[in-house]
Amino acid sequence: MLERIEEIRAEAGAAIEAATSSAELEELRVRHLGRKAELTTILRGIAELPAEERGKVGGAANGARKELEALLEASAARLDASELDAKLLADRVDVTLPGAPPRPVGHAHLIARTTRQIEDVMIGLGYTVAEGPEIEHDYYNFTALNHPEGHPARMLQDTFYVQSQPEVLLRTHTSPMQIRAMETQPPPIFVIVPGKVYRRDSDATHSPMFHQIEGLAIAEGITLADLQGTLLALCRAIFGDEREVRLRPHFFPFTEPSVEVDVSCFQCGGSGELAGGERCNLCKGQGWIEILGAGMVDPNVLGFVAEHGYDAERVQGFAFGLGVERVAMLRHGVPDLRRFFDNDVRMLEQFS
Amino acid sequence: MRVPYSWLREYCDPGMAPEQLADRLVMTGTEVERVTVAGPPQPDNFVVGKVLAAEQHPDADRLRVCTVDDGDGERTIVCGAPNVAAGQTVAVALPGARMPGGEKLRKAKLRGVASEGMILAADELEVGEDHDGILVLDEALAAGTPLAEVLPLAEPVLEIEVTPNRVDCFGVHGVAREVHAITGAPLGPDPWALEVPAEGEGTADDYASVAVEVPELCPRFTARVFTEVEIGPSPLWLQARLAAAGQRPINNVVDITNYVMLLTAQPLHAFDLDKVPSGALTVRAAAAGEKMTTLDGVERELDAETVLVCDENGPTGIAGVMGGQVSEVSATTTRVLLEVANWNGTNILRTSRLLGLRSEASSRFEKQLHPDLCLRAQEIASQLLLELCGAKLVAGTIDVAAASWAAPRQLVLRAARVKGLLGMTISQAEQTTYLERLGFGVEADGEDLKVTVPPDRHYDVTREVDLIEEVARVHGIDEHLPTTLPAVAGRVGGLSREQRLRRRAEDGLRDLGFDQVVGWSFTDPGEPGRLRIPADDPRANPVLLANPLSEEQSAMRTTVLGSLLDVAARNVARGADRLALFEAASVYLNHPPTGRNRDVEARNRPVGALAGNFQGERAAPFTEPHRYAALALGPLIPRSWRGGGEPADFFALKGVLESLARQLGAELEFAPGEQPFLHPGRSAAVSIEGAPIGWIGEIHPLVCREWDLDAAVGFEIDAAPLLGAASAGIETYEDVTTFPAVYQDLAVVIPDEVAASDVRAAVLAAGGELLRSAEVFDLYAGEQVGEGRVSLALGLEFRAPDRTLTDAEVNELREAIKQSLEKIGGTLRE
Repeated sequence: MLERIEEIRAEAGAAIEAATSSAELEELRVRHLGRKAELTTILRGIAELPAEERGKVGGAANGARKELEALLEASAARLDASELDAKLLADRVDVTLPGAPPRPVGHAHLIARTTRQIEDVMIGLGYTVAEGPEIEHDYYNFTALNHPEGHPARMLQDTFYVQSQPEVLLRTHTSPMQIRAMETQPPPIFVIVPGKVYRRDSDATHSPMFHQIEGLAIAEGITLADLQGTLLALCRAIFGDEREVRLRPHFFPFTEPSVEVDVSCFQCGGSGELAGGERCNLCKGQGWIEILGAGMVDPNVLGFVAEHGYDAERVQGFAFGLGVERVAMLRHGVPDLRRFFDNDVRMLEQFS
Repeated sequence: MRVPYSWLREYCDPGMAPEQLADRLVMTGTEVERVTVAGPPQPDNFVVGKVLAAEQHPDADRLRVCTVDDGDGERTIVCGAPNVAAGQTVAVALPGARMPGGEKLRKAKLRGVASEGMILAADELEVGEDHDGILVLDEALAAGTPLAEVLPLAEPVLEIEVTPNRVDCFGVHGVAREVHAITGAPLGPDPWALEVPAEGEGTADDYASVAVEVPELCPRFTARVFTEVEIGPSPLWLQARLAAAGQRPINNVVDITNYVMLLTAQPLHAFDLDKVPSGALTVRAAAAGEKMTTLDGVERELDAETVLVCDENGPTGIAGVMGGQVSEVSATTTRVLLEVANWNGTNILRTSRLLGLRSEASSRFEKQLHPDLCLRAQEIASQLLLELCGAKLVAGTIDVAAASWAAPRQLVLRAARVKGLLGMTISQAEQTTYLERLGFGVEADGEDLKVTVPPDRHYDVTREVDLIEEVARVHGIDEHLPTTLPAVAGRVGGLSREQRLRRRAEDGLRDLGFDQVVGWSFTDPGEPGRLRIPADDPRANPVLLANPLSEEQSAMRTTVLGSLLDVAARNVARGADRLALFEAASVYLNHPPTGRNRDVEARNRPVGALAGNFQGERAAPFTEPHRYAALALGPLIPRSWRGGGEPADFFALKGVLESLARQLGAELEFAPGEQPFLHPGRSAAVSIEGAPIGWIGEIHPLVCREWDLDAAVGFEIDAAPLLGAASAGIETYEDVTTFPAVYQDLAVVIPDEVAASDVRAAVLAAGGELLRSAEVFDLYAGEQVGEGRVSLALGLEFRAPDRTLTDAEVNELREAIKQSLEKIGGTLRE
């Protein structure tokens, strides 16, 4: 009996180690360890053996069974790994095919992007952001901004009015929010106002709808020199650290003194000439590009909000209005204002 | 305003090139658009010549072959002018001369005769209009004299864009004063400081009378009478000046009125006195609907605020805007009534806009001139009429004036204020110099100055701050202004939370694959109709513009959808086959805003605190809700070799909108809801906590057809309630690690008319606080569940914050869920 057990162990062990597939291994398991297997039969019959043989035969049979089980497990692991390898190799793909397209990422509109950039610069300089209605009272758009009755800008030729409401119009600038902001918050006040504005004009450089960013700073002791410093910081942040600004005296009804502000040309560096010696087309050889209008808030304007703490003898400050499209056109070479509102996706997708 | 340089230099010679002066002017507040040249671009090769002989051309009737002495010798010039004759002193262009327009003159053969130059007519030099014959010069001039010594050749002209406050710079003398102020170059004596002899018979009252019925619109009306006037062409110098300034020379009297206006900014008008019956003029308001024919030959209908200058027969001119034909100065005129009046600027502006008629005169009057200027203009014009027309001035000036006008303005300029406002110091001596050069009277008062405003700046300089601007700009802002930043302590910049969320929402939509567009706020009034919005819907009643640029832009949009459809249609027409567009912007609803008009909290906000909401005192005229709207057509994810490419449908867009809300930490509710422009079976109302905030759905095929689109799907929601419900940025921590969650799936068979959202709501209600989430992950309809029924599978997550849940607890909840589902007709599939 013991010899037979040893034979089974050796024969089955060799077969298991030589097995080349999981199926063969399973067949060997059933044959040698299954219910009808000889070794199983031997183990089942141990109780009927004479007492002195039971120990020896039982030990040998159990030992053989455990050894075979261990061999089966080892062989199974060996075969699994190689079969998996074979299977993975059969599962080969053509890695040169294009990747699966993810959901495309959309694009920010250049106006929104430029607005946000300017906002961020001004936030860094200590400003908060205010927004207000686009359909506005004549009072906020003109009267409180020191535009006298009969001022040309108030005429039907230049300003859109609402039907049957002669005192209501589409705001022509973001400046009405100067008044609303000052009515709402006593000085000191540092706000910017981005938003849509409207003028009755339409060609390559005028759109009946466009975007402005207003700046307003009122406190004790704010000076024209502070305006220059603020605009220099803004222009450098937008157009580059080497830029300079210059203030040219001008006239606006709601600022006094008023200035137009030029930034040194960022294409030719302010020389007016390109590397090849030809005239710079961006600044037209001037070296400077007009970028915005600004000035010290007119005391008459503060007079309209005097009851809100704006005493023109005590507080003063500056305001400026920047055209968002103009900045975007200059920075990105967009030739025609109307392109911004055409929303051709082939243009939109150029700006990430 | 075109300012010929030689004219300017007659009053103030800055001693620098015009380009250099232009730069100075630009940097001190006078915008010079460009410096151009009137006449030939260069004076070279233009000389005085003597015609020695003029013979008939052998082969051309109209040409003469002239022998001309050019100072260096004799040359042959073929000339076509009928008046050329031997003995004349003429203007000659030699070969090489550049003619006006830049063309270079060359030797030429004319009908076989070589011509070495050109004998010039006035218009060929742009010094006058005359082309009938050559220009005959003073015979005292020597041959070979450079022509530029005789005539203004290559006259530089400053083209100035005068700001509306500086009416004084609508006159050459005002510009000269400005040049004096900014350069310090001496200013000549006032050109109106004259004593003009009155040698005409009688006094002005004997010839004419003026009555002003509307003194508030005509503060002053002055008139002088001239006799023995000889009408003729103006002398060359005057024609040249007018031509360079952009005025066409007409005759000496009219040219003088134009010349004086261009010099002083004060317009004048000359009447042929013999065509004014009894010499009687009346200034009155027009009758509404009254008609008259202006000098340009157009009959115009007037309103009751238009002011007319009338004679006994009716209107002769529209005051301050344009004269009439009846009493125009003509070749036969011998007696002239010279009107120099002052008008109410606002009314002139109104009238000229109303009539669509703008003249050199009205563009000056509309900026409000000072009544003192009238007599200045009378003085200069009188002198010229005597000199150039041989006229005799009749003594006396008819001067009808409103009782009085403002006395010269007195202002105080405080030194501390100058420095305080500008942030730079300008010494008292400098301030005094600048103001005196500008014509102000200045008297020191300690550190401060007492300043008297001259009449030509009366309406412009009214306050101390205006004086500060004057001294600042003359001092040189670009040169002297320091660069500083406001030194105000304690301020903090930043975005409000709502503004941050708005950025987040826009970024979110972009990251979900949508391109941002900026649509027109305008639309046409027919758009609601194309969107099938019924007439009684408020969205069909937009805010309309009184004066739109076109019908297509005459209404304010009430939906963003219309704009997105417009953009989509344009892009599809250009070949786009998939579009995902979004806009974050306002619509305009035709009713006043409700609530939130005055933000008391914002007004009481501590100084320097973050703020974003500046409402002001007066509510906005209309409601302008900020919206998020999206439109997709074609696939959201492009087709590839792996398939895909299914066009976006309701669920594709719903996924986008849900994702947007999740990014903001808000939960949206969807319920069946129709919109006139949506597919009735594939549209939903979107709400937050039961309050509607917008819609989502597939666009109705008939609406798509209106925009030539095959199909599209979109949504439009109000930003304010979405952002108000957002928890992003203010979330509170929830412990999900200490105690494990129990995850279970649940399948329920329900009648198919029960909405999935109701099933989920029933589950969540029964599960109570311990059921942390319940999400539908499968839907089955078919034989196994029977006709009219569907099977929904939900994934459930149970968790308690303070203990590990037992099987018994979960089973109890599951039983409650089962019962809750049974109440809405559902049965659990175990």
